[in-house]
Amino acid sequence: MKDKIQKPKVATVWLGGCSGCHMSFLDLDERLIELADKIDLVYSPLADVKTFPNNVDITLVEGAVTNDENEEMAHTVRKHSRYVLSFGDCATTGNVTAMRNRFGNAELIDRAYRELADISNSVPNDHTLIAQLREQAIPLHHLIRVDAFLHGCPPTPDEIWFAINELLQGRIPVFNTQFLRYG
Amino acid sequence: MAVKTLTINGEQYSAQEGESILSVARQHNIPIPTLCHLEGLSTVGACRLCVVQIEGIPRLLPACTTKVEEGMVIQTANERLNKYRRMIVALLASEGNHVCAVCVANNHCELQDLAYSVGLVRVRYPYLFPNKQLDATHKDYVMDHNRCVLCTRCVRVCDEVEGAHVWDVAGRGINSEIITGLDYSWGNSQTCTECGKCVMVCPTGALFEKGVTVSEMEKKKGFLKYIITARQKKEWVSIGNE
Repeated sequence: MKDKIQKPKVATVWLGGCSGCHMSFLDLDERLIELADKIDLVYSPLADVKTFPNNVDITLVEGAVTNDENEEMAHTVRKHSRYVLSFGDCATTGNVTAMRNRFGNAELIDRAYRELADISNSVPNDHTLIAQLREQAIPLHHLIRVDAFLHGCPPTPDEIWFAINELLQGRIPVFNTQFLRYG
Repeated sequence: MAVKTLTINGEQYSAQEGESILSVARQHNIPIPTLCHLEGLSTVGACRLCVVQIEGIPRLLPACTTKVEEGMVIQTANERLNKYRRMIVALLASEGNHVCAVCVANNHCELQDLAYSVGLVRVRYPYLFPNKQLDATHKDYVMDHNRCVLCTRCVRVCDEVEGAHVWDVAGRGINSEIITGLDYSWGNSQTCTECGKCVMVCPTGALFEKGVTVSEMEKKKGFLKYIITARQKKEWVSIGNE
């Protein structure tokens, strides 16, 4: 019977980031149990779902937009989500992910796959399997409309908890002083 | 000296002729954000964060370089001022490479504090991601141009307090850059006294001590008050842990 009550659908997405924001999400600890009663987690790197569903209420997006796959995903997220939140500094500013931007892609790939390679120093180029890097990694809101921003590298569990609860009560979270924090 | 009376945020104050609006505000604990200004150094009015609104003057004027005048009616904070201050911080953030998460000055950075105080939730401008260099040739200190906001505090403290004038600014506009000597590497400077004053007055992680890692570079600026009071009044004041 309980299953028939429609719970808000929440998704989390992992673009160009280190997954630290998702680790911080897991650091909600026992609050995760409370959260599980309030929401349906419909898509997430923490859940085995292959395609981004329709009609999602809240989507948290970790990471900068750094390759063509991220770009496509960001558009999908925007199209199918009521609220989109930049989840942490990489999504909000580009942060560490965007530190590569001052080098060209050719220089960058050469450094990663040839100069520093231990075993096979060759560049993977099958872009049906491996996403193509964009020229620059950019913050999420430079590509799609974003409704609110979680700050920090990573955002604290308290900030994540505050944001989700505000949204569940139909309010766009305002982080002006309490949680505004870079780094 | 003549006394001037003026109104700041609806309250009446009196000030000495020749005093700046910022000086009067600071004496009465009226907060005005600043970045290039530092007590003890000359005033350059470069960053424009201290802009205030003065009745009868359509443009905003910097509080640090504007002298008080009789009957001035000044506002130091309102939505218009905050909007411009937020734009200034956003422009500074977008034209450098400021990555707080991996910065030596993280949590001890005046640019970061300004971003919080003006409520910079995100930067709308495209980030420029300039290809700036880092000079680690000095034996004790590093200059990372990626984090430099061109406030010129280092230039002024070296010239005005240390008397060495190692630093200066080269280039124009967006290409301006702090240089050592006639654009030598810092380690090869024959004028640097290795005193570290520039490092301590730098508001960001652009100048830092070798060996520190993320969040470890705390700047202590108390020495300025100590030296300047000693020079002007022949008094050697306690600065504690400032």
